[in-house]
Amino acid sequence: MALFKAHYNLEKNSIALVIAIILAASVGGLVEIAPLFTIDETVETTEDMRVYTPLELAGRNIYIREGCYACHSQMIRTLRDEVERYGPYSLAAESQYDHPMLWGSKRTGPDIARLGGKYSDDWHVAHLINPRAVVPSSIMPAYPWLASAPLEVDDLSDHLVALRRLGVPYTEDMIANASQDAAAQANPDSAGAGGVVERYGEATTLRRFSGMPRLTEMDALVAYLQVLGQLTQAPYAAQPADTEVLQ
Amino acid sequence: MIARLTRTERSVAMALAVILLLLGLTMAALGDHDPMAVHGFMALGLGVGLVFAVGSVLEEPSPSPARLQQYYDDPIKVGIVLAMVWGVFAMSIGLWVAALMVWPDATFGQAWSSYGRLRPVHTTGVIFAFGGNALIATSFHVMQRTCRARLADQLSPWFVLVGYNLFCLWAVSGYLMGITQSKEYAEPEWYADILLVIVWVTYLVLYLRTLRRRAEPHIYVANWYYLAFIVVVAMLHIVNAAALPVSWTGAKSYPAFSGVQDAMVQWWYGHNAVAFFMTSGFLGMLYYYLPVRAQRPIFSYRLSILSFWGITFFYLWVGSHHLHYTALPHWVQTLGMTFSVMLLVPSWASAGNALLTLNGAWHRVRDDATLRFMFVAAVFYGLSTFEGSFLAIRPVNALSHYTDWTVGHVHSGALGWLAMVTFGAFYSVVPQIWGRPAMHSSRLVEWHFWLALGGLLTYVFALWNAGITQGLMWRTYNDAGTLNYSFIESMEAMRPYYIARVVGGSLFLAGICVGAANIWLTVRGARNHAADRPLAPQAAE
Ligand code: HEC
Ligand code: HEM
Repeated sequence: MALFKAHYNLEKNSIALVIAIILAASVGGLVEIAPLFTIDETVETTEDMRVYTPLELAGRNIYIREGCYACHSQMIRTLRDEVERYGPYSLAAESQYDHPMLWGSKRTGPDIARLGGKYSDDWHVAHLINPRAVVPSSIMPAYPWLASAPLEVDDLSDHLVALRRLGVPYTEDMIANASQDAAAQANPDSAGAGGVVERYGEATTLRRFSGMPRLTEMDALVAYLQVLGQLTQAPYAAQPADTEVLQ
Repeated sequence: MIARLTRTERSVAMALAVILLLLGLTMAALGDHDPMAVHGFMALGLGVGLVFAVGSVLEEPSPSPARLQQYYDDPIKVGIVLAMVWGVFAMSIGLWVAALMVWPDATFGQAWSSYGRLRPVHTTGVIFAFGGNALIATSFHVMQRTCRARLADQLSPWFVLVGYNLFCLWAVSGYLMGITQSKEYAEPEWYADILLVIVWVTYLVLYLRTLRRRAEPHIYVANWYYLAFIVVVAMLHIVNAAALPVSWTGAKSYPAFSGVQDAMVQWWYGHNAVAFFMTSGFLGMLYYYLPVRAQRPIFSYRLSILSFWGITFFYLWVGSHHLHYTALPHWVQTLGMTFSVMLLVPSWASAGNALLTLNGAWHRVRDDATLRFMFVAAVFYGLSTFEGSFLAIRPVNALSHYTDWTVGHVHSGALGWLAMVTFGAFYSVVPQIWGRPAMHSSRLVEWHFWLALGGLLTYVFALWNAGITQGLMWRTYNDAGTLNYSFIESMEAMRPYYIARVVGGSLFLAGICVGAANIWLTVRGARNHAADRPLAPQAAE
């Protein structure tokens, strides 16, 4: 066969072989990935989507550092049982500012895409310090050191700058005030509290998340957990009629 | 070993060691409050060690040109030893991680030893450190033997080995300190990613230069697979690792892509790490060591061509089967599913080609545990690809995704295919390159085989059951039309399976420890040179 004959010659030329491999291997990615950046419908437009505050961003980085994503997904699929167990299915818009996304691939623990507001701050603090104090049979690791580790806030503006370069709409104002905003969000009585609401919107929650006066990693992580599923209200409005996609 | 480099090569090695030392010093100085500094000190320490090691023999006379009539096996030896050391380490961590899912407080209360930090140590450790060193070492062996040519030079193989292992060390120690990008199977931070690119390009150039020197007109099939492994992993890595560091003096970076695009890029990378790191390279191994050990030619040359190009083309389309029913557009999911099912054809063509090669050598499979390792590997390659194509079907994935079924599938591939073929290859190559008639003890090879098989089956059956149980519990409704089980009930139901996994993992780990001991005993009694040599004398470089 001519094809095998051609291959017979290809096998004699290492560079041609490498080029053929590159060509064969490029097609799939080009067809499937490139359009995701150009087709507008890929990510829904939402009116109210906001960015993470510096404190929530710091919490998200702790979530990444501790590998919470290895046991928790943040992606509710369009399946009836998932929607009934966890809440409205996840929209692409919800993770549009997530560098990286944390959809996860394994549910050793439950999905937490809609966790925000489900439990009190105290519950989270107690649970993170020792999950078995709250859920006796839990196999989740304990994270007691979070409550004593001071939160590093000095370099948060650099983080916002990096994210803005990648397309997240942080303003000059947000960048300039990043470290103050982080401290103020966990200290609602402080002078800077008004600025946080002004910059990030009315829906931002300001609380002593860890219940302790000192700003710790626990504040940041709980602030992040409490905002999960709350950056936009779009998923809660649109879905109930949308039964076709549920199976 | 260093004295066997030429004097020029030793000077270049010295320069590289100094560069490494300076790089380490810079990183240590710049990243003063950052864990990156620790990685700087590691590079510094390694650099200093290499400066002394090379410096002590710098002025020795150059080795005799007679060496060019022999294959260059020193880096292969080191690669094999490193693979075994990493293997024992990473599988021990795996056992620990498995134990944490039964006894979650077995951590000494330390941050570095919590599940989320140890898990990537295990995955990177087995896939990249154990598997990667095994691939590099065997590729050096296979390319020389099938080309009947000596490696193109003596220094770049060392560059590849040292650089690659520094990458692994940075990766694994980084997770313990909390340095991670969180991208599955690509967790290391930006500076480790850059190091890997440099190492990988050197590896590709070395491979191509050695192929150029071949005394055979044709490039043997095994080399196609190793080449695809090197080339495509480079493509995947460069795209997936694109990231912006927060500052040049710290480890933290933000990946370039976000949300749904990031998900697709990550799984395009992730599944093809499976395809080109964990499959293509190991098929290269299988295509060389299985026929050699069985003393039979490959069953069908044409089937090899079809399966090679099928795998190289189809695999890159299937990443989206990790994202069924998610916010990824439906058309991409459908493409992923379709290509995953088609992928079964070239996959089974490869597995079938390997098994049919054994026709007429079944008595050897029965008597020779080394060949039996490779036989089981081919069978499990066939089983996992069948399972994979099945799991990629949307409604099946609805049940299996997020459950331990995926983990069961992964380990039928990783233990049953990848680790088994590696052990078979090592037991074939170790006696040859250390110049021994056979492994120190064939009884111990038998022991290893049965421990590994027992461990593998226990592990995989436990997790298949776990996953299916979990998936069913999550979607069971009661008569009132509400969900019947809470999440906690499904978690509690996993306990017996997780205990069984600890048992299976212990068996498998015991197996590799027996293997490591056996290899050590074989090496200790070694003569110095491989008995075989290239037929044609090769020109010096
Ligand atoms: C070993 C896997 C594992 C890791 C790692 C892990 N978790 Fe969990 N998580 C679980 C399990 C199992 C549960 C269910 C039992 C419970 O509530 O403790 C759970 C429950 C939770 C819940 C309650 C969810 C709900 O809706 O009831 C939250 C919140 C949570 N985890 C947060 C975290 C955070 C934050 C981290 C990282 C710092 C983390 N988890 C790391 C396994 C894990
Ligand atoms: C035809 C070949 C194969 C196909 C189509 C396939 C398909 C799949 C599917 C559908 C999943 C589950 C995705 C999910 O629901 O999360 C998966 C996961 C996985 N497979 Fe396979 N598979 C194949 C072969 C293999 C082999 C041979 C190996 C190992 C060497 C392997 C290793 C993995 C790994 C590591 C994951 C884990 C992903 C995660 O962490 O979620 N696969 N594969």
